[in-house]
Amino acid sequence: MNEQSLAIRKFSDLANPTRFLALSGAVWPWMAAATALFFAVGLYLCFATVGDYQQGETVRIMYVHVPAAWLSMMCYSVMAISALGTLVWRHPLADVSAKTAAPIGACFTFIALVTGSLWGKPMWGTWWVWDARLTSVFVLFLMYLGLIALNRAVDDPARAAKVGAILILVGFVNIPIIKFSVDWWNTLHQPASVIRLDGPAIDPEFLRPLLVMAIAFTLLFFTLHVLAMRNEILRRRVATLRRLAARSAGRGASGPATAGRGEGHP
Amino acid sequence: MTHLGYVAVAYAATFLTVAGLVLWVWLDGRARRRDLAILEAAGIRRRSAGEAQ
Amino acid sequence: MRWRQSRFPRLAGRRCRQADEVRLRSYARAWKDVGMTALLLRDLKLSVRAGGGAMIGVLFFMTVVAVIPFGVGPDLNLLARIGPAILWIGALLAALLGLDRLFQAEREDGSLDLLLMQETPLVLTVLVKCLAHWLATGLPLVLASPLLSLFMNMDVSAIGATMLTLLVGTPAITFIGAAGAAIAVALPRGGLLVSILVLPLAIPVLIFGVSAVYAAIQEPAPFLPPFLFLTALTLVFAVIGPVAAAAALRASTD
Repeated sequence: MNEQSLAIRKFSDLANPTRFLALSGAVWPWMAAATALFFAVGLYLCFATVGDYQQGETVRIMYVHVPAAWLSMMCYSVMAISALGTLVWRHPLADVSAKTAAPIGACFTFIALVTGSLWGKPMWGTWWVWDARLTSVFVLFLMYLGLIALNRAVDDPARAAKVGAILILVGFVNIPIIKFSVDWWNTLHQPASVIRLDGPAIDPEFLRPLLVMAIAFTLLFFTLHVLAMRNEILRRRVATLRRLAARSAGRGASGPATAGRGEGHP
Repeated sequence: MTHLGYVAVAYAATFLTVAGLVLWVWLDGRARRRDLAILEAAGIRRRSAGEAQ
Repeated sequence: MRWRQSRFPRLAGRRCRQADEVRLRSYARAWKDVGMTALLLRDLKLSVRAGGGAMIGVLFFMTVVAVIPFGVGPDLNLLARIGPAILWIGALLAALLGLDRLFQAEREDGSLDLLLMQETPLVLTVLVKCLAHWLATGLPLVLASPLLSLFMNMDVSAIGATMLTLLVGTPAITFIGAAGAAIAVALPRGGLLVSILVLPLAIPVLIFGVSAVYAAIQEPAPFLPPFLFLTALTLVFAVIGPVAAAAALRASTD
């Protein structure tokens, strides 16, 4: 019972933005260092391993493409969990998390699309194939952009959070449907010449750098996400203080003002 | 068939995107901290000031 | 046990009260039915009336389809081949066009707050509003599609299949679009945003609708699987759409 209440207390401590700032401020340099370390090892492995006899040097594109594609999906899952946090548990940091994850996820999806296209040109002879997997990732990219547009269109952060959370969850329910329908569509129109991405089993020779790079990218995502969340908290804090300053200036009080009440999130 | 150019462009694109992301996060954080500092200098601070930073 | 009895001393009147309650509930249900029908008729009247925008969708549909031959050329064989797809894309865009009006008018005149405060579950209200919207804007698209199919040089079976799939598929667009409309109801420029948010989610509807039509006119492919998937999509979206729309409406007004 003690342990559980301690865990609950830790979790609700994290809900306090000030505590989150303090904790993340202590943790993020370590995360950044771990990210740099994994990237150093991963990049070394990327270029130290021999090229595939079939794909040649282009197999090295896979070492950034596959982790980016993995992150594009993981980021949406993080956003869906945050959306649940906003709607169900009303966790005060959940909407900060969902809002800041969207641009990062869009960037990783963009990387996955660009590197996939650069891999496809020498391998398939074309920049873009309406392959089921590529098309699904592209639709995911569009959904990220729509979410960012929605977040930018709503002024009030609390309202944007709730509405955005609903959209994230509707999208999350829809992703399997979209994936399934795109698979269906693709088998109907499958051109015969296309080589599938999931060809033969992957050699351990290639698996090692892939795994290290996947860990490095995941760490990079979490580091950037924590830092972006810190920025967002500070942004809201600044907005609250500005509003407060304007209010006290309007009241004619020229003395120093103190905030604390009426502060919604941070 | 090496296609080294494609590999280079792929890594460059990845690097540029990630660098842009890192730069955005860094500059954004710096600007926000500066805003807070300016507000603090003007005498506007939170009731729980001090433990915030 | 004894404590409970002492709290409810008039246990003898329980049967009577139960009967009362049942009757009251049935009144309420009847009133609700009247309310929902009234809402349906009201929305239909509003959208058919001038300025309601029901006919705008059909006009937009016709214009989009009429513009296509100028783009791809007057090759009748080609037009017959791509005709079903063009009709489906045109219908999808036309259905999206009117969606931002779904809750906007209610918000402007304040009746949205009344709908929110009603005793009827909001999900049900949204569902009825979706049905009214589909009857006013989706059904005309379905009815106009045979005429436009003639422009596309499609044969009879293709026309029939297109009409049938549009009849089954366009409600799905309305349902999932209702979620987008509810999300965008509080925004200044909601109209464009609705399309951006809803189009990726509507891709499955387009895929199964078009592939069902092609399965009907091209011999080896079976018609039923994609058509049943389309039906399933409509039913799934009939649940997801109103639930999400109701949640978004509550979130954007409180």
